Amino acid sequence: MSPRLSVAADAAAVAVGADAVAARLAAAARARNLPLDLRRTSSRGLYWLEPLVEVATPSGRVAYGPVAPEDVDGLLTAGLLEGRPHPLCQGPTDDIPYLKRQTRLVFARAGLTDPRSLADYRAHGGYRGLERALSLGAEAVVQEVITSGLRGRGGAGFPTGIKWQTVARAPGPVKYAVCNADEGDSGTFSDRMVMEGDPFVLIEGMTIAAFATGAAKGYIYLRSEYPHAAAALNAAIAAARGEKLLGPDVLGAGFAFDLEVRIGAGAYVCGEETSMLDSLEGKRGQVRAKPPLPAHVGLFGKPTVINNVVSFASVPWILAEGGAAYRDFGMGRSRGTMPIQLAGNIRRGGLFETAFGVTLGELVQDIGGGTATGRPVRAVQVGGPLGAYFPPALFDTPFDYEAFAARDGLIGHGGVVVFDDTVDMARQARFAMEFCALESCGKCTPCRIGSVRGVEVIDRIIAGEQVAANLALVEDLCNTMKYGSLCALGGFTPYPVMSALTHFRADFEQRREPALAAG
Amino acid sequence: MHVHETWSPERAAEIVAAQAGREGALLPILHAIQAEFGYLPAEAVPLIAKALNLSRAEVHGVISFYHDFRRHPPGRHVLQLCRAEACQSMGADALAARARDRLGVAWGETTRDGAVTLEPVFCLGLCACAPSAMLDGRPVARLDPARLDALLAEARG
Repeated sequence: MSPRLSVAADAAAVAVGADAVAARLAAAARARNLPLDLRRTSSRGLYWLEPLVEVATPSGRVAYGPVAPEDVDGLLTAGLLEGRPHPLCQGPTDDIPYLKRQTRLVFARAGLTDPRSLADYRAHGGYRGLERALSLGAEAVVQEVITSGLRGRGGAGFPTGIKWQTVARAPGPVKYAVCNADEGDSGTFSDRMVMEGDPFVLIEGMTIAAFATGAAKGYIYLRSEYPHAAAALNAAIAAARGEKLLGPDVLGAGFAFDLEVRIGAGAYVCGEETSMLDSLEGKRGQVRAKPPLPAHVGLFGKPTVINNVVSFASVPWILAEGGAAYRDFGMGRSRGTMPIQLAGNIRRGGLFETAFGVTLGELVQDIGGGTATGRPVRAVQVGGPLGAYFPPALFDTPFDYEAFAARDGLIGHGGVVVFDDTVDMARQARFAMEFCALESCGKCTPCRIGSVRGVEVIDRIIAGEQVAANLALVEDLCNTMKYGSLCALGGFTPYPVMSALTHFRADFEQRREPALAAG
Repeated sequence: MHVHETWSPERAAEIVAAQAGREGALLPILHAIQAEFGYLPAEAVPLIAKALNLSRAEVHGVISFYHDFRRHPPGRHVLQLCRAEACQSMGADALAARARDRLGVAWGETTRDGAVTLEPVFCLGLCACAPSAMLDGRPVARLDPARLDALLAEARG
């Protein structure tokens, strides 16, 4: 049997040279007349080690990384194919502490399977959830999801099972299942990893949701910035149709469900669910007032179950293993696992799926290894561009919806972006307002006008003009936006702004150089 | 490199007709037309409006809402640089300034020789390997000044 190597084909791995490494491996093996079974898989999510090359040995997989094309010859000479030592050797993959410390439920297959292979997916536990769901019946499926305590992983944290129950009970012959795959938060990539690396788990999760709620048609609203995910999803949908896992009679169980990928067009606000529905309908992606809830009046006015990619992708495990097993992970009202994404200026950036309750300090310092630049950590933004900036003084905050809320923050979609001590927090506050101004849908005034005024006022502070009065104005403006905006874009932009003001006030009051204002 | 067709109302009508029966067809139509011609020519608006029984204002409103839709032809290459926080934490602002300076363009503009359009993007999902960019749909990460210069040279070459 030829030695089996795997190299990720994930967009982030490719972005740092995985294709070139794979090509060099193939060429070098040919030149040495070495037989080689080179597979392109999903990524483990250990991104600081990408391009990661893994070799299957009798005692398990051994990892090498980060590998550059010019390392390949030396690796082969050193005995890569037998898993022999080399400066890039990370030892057995399963023993890498970053991976070993995780609880991978949703990402159990990450790095192990070919994303386009339905056979691979099935061989690794795929479609057991749907099979059990079909045997339980729709109502029991909803109960199982309620029991699991799963809350929306897109950021809002609404109980998924309750949402499904609402849609299931909504009257009407036409219902939709919509996946919000508009993962726009900086510092997040877990949805991308699911869609590129394990697309069948999303398809299976949506199929279970459709069965439970009575939806016959599903859409995946995917951001245009993820072309690799689009290709992987479309290939997986075609494969699923081919095996009657989608279509007019799913698995012969007498229910119909089919899926379509729709591509967004670069609007961050379309990650807000009602704006996403308008966009799917072919309109400007403007936010709708709630109520009515999308569960009652959603896509094209029909009852619609909307969940984030990771929420749907969590469901197959919950159905296969039982809601109670899932609920046993976590703390407080945050049950199960969360795929946390460590990003930005961090030594070991990647995906870290773990039960709720790990502290921010453990994530950033122990697991992430501090900053990539080696400088002290100064600020950590959790939860995307609408999330608060935390100083190291708050590193004891456990990763939990309520604990973050209690400290005027949010966990959002689980992105953690680290900044070193060169960061200028007044600039970060200004950026939050600028981003809101750029992305506002324009429907409500606090967001549309407030964000523009916010940029102007912070510019004055940066220029040193009437700093105390202008800081008071920013606080007042943040209150107006927080309480007066229709959706989380205007409503949560105050989180990064106010947290910067609260925890890093010196950056606003004692500007180092007036020249900074010109930047 | 993007190879785009020159505007043809007949071809545009075919594209519209192929998609018009779908639910919420407008975005798929706009994407398909832009993929074919590189941008959304003004001439396309009445054609789409008629096919979908919308007003021209409604179609224009949708086109102008979304950052992706271009109303002018792009350069032969499109370079998107991420401006979001994770990339900022790794020096994206300085890289963007370098790119604008080297290319002699502001965000959204195309170099005089028509080679490169420089666009901002807010997150490519490559945040653990920041800073990142996309050149004609190809992701590139762990950028530094040298890798950026190589990308710029490739785009101009």
